[in-house]
Amino acid sequence: MIESILSAITSTPVFGIALCVGTFEIGRAIQKKTKMTLMNPLVIAIVLCIAFLMIFRIPFDRFDLGGDVLNVLLGPATAILALNIYNQRATLKQQFVPVLLGCVVGSITSIALVVLLCHALGLDAAVSAALLPKSCTTPIAVGIAESRGGITAITMIAVLLSGFIGAVCAPLFARIFRITDPLAEGLAIGACSHALGTTKAAEIGELQGAMSSIAIGICGIITVFLSLFL
Amino acid sequence: MKILFQLLTLLLICLCGDAIAAVLPISFPSSVISMILLFVLFLFGVLRPKHIRETSDFLLENMALFFIPAGVGILRYASVLKDSLGAIVLICFITTPIVYAVTGWTVQLAMRLMQKKEGKQHD
Repeated sequence: MIESILSAITSTPVFGIALCVGTFEIGRAIQKKTKMTLMNPLVIAIVLCIAFLMIFRIPFDRFDLGGDVLNVLLGPATAILALNIYNQRATLKQQFVPVLLGCVVGSITSIALVVLLCHALGLDAAVSAALLPKSCTTPIAVGIAESRGGITAITMIAVLLSGFIGAVCAPLFARIFRITDPLAEGLAIGACSHALGTTKAAEIGELQGAMSSIAIGICGIITVFLSLFL
Repeated sequence: MKILFQLLTLLLICLCGDAIAAVLPISFPSSVISMILLFVLFLFGVLRPKHIRETSDFLLENMALFFIPAGVGILRYASVLKDSLGAIVLICFITTPIVYAVTGWTVQLAMRLMQKKEGKQHD
């Protein structure tokens, strides 16, 4: 009885969409209450969805019927990042050379290190391709990984983990590496830990937050170009 | 109606991005092409942020929602993940601080050099 009901409601995309939206709202409520960077709504939602599917033994393909519908909006959600760069065009124009130079050098460092480490650790190609864009924001990183045949789920783990490390450790990094200029601090946070880091950068200061969100878009584009040469 | 029109605008830009990606001889993520397209449209004033405000606010505010399915996709790769999780964590912990430091130092150095140059011009 229960099984036939479960099988009926999971046979339409509505199930997957409802599960995603529901768990995401729970995640947001938890973050609002705890105000902790580690209580990220995306991570909470993913964990809850996986737990739900495993407890009720629902096949992933059933969930993915709804997942495919949500994927339709991934493109527009990425494209909209253009708005963040456009909104910062005045600062960008004023400090064009340092901003561009910082993003280029940061992106090259990230890719070179990942390639080197993947090789040293003997990871297989699908994992290495997934890790390559790990410093980029999720939509761009997933796009790069996909076009290179990487496993996007692994990309997401690496992107989220990098984001957490940057967001939690940003004040510590600034002291250790003696980054005193707010512009440099913001760009550094955005380059290493994208949107998750930006939430922290915005807490540190307005200029840091703005710079961090510029770095997300510019580093993303640079990483796309750099990955073409690999 | 207004929101549907905004969504249509964005979807059309994304379709253009897909079309360009299909024509390009190299593999370039179509979502990034759409992002560049949108930026160019803003820059030349063809489109203004207010034209798509409600939709862009919605997408930016709820962006993470659209990544949940990809994240849950981990289920499909549990075996691959089990073998390489340690390496993935290690790589993240090594690269993140280094990328932070290198980016920060580069920006500070570039700003200092440019200030020096400007100072000389004023002498």
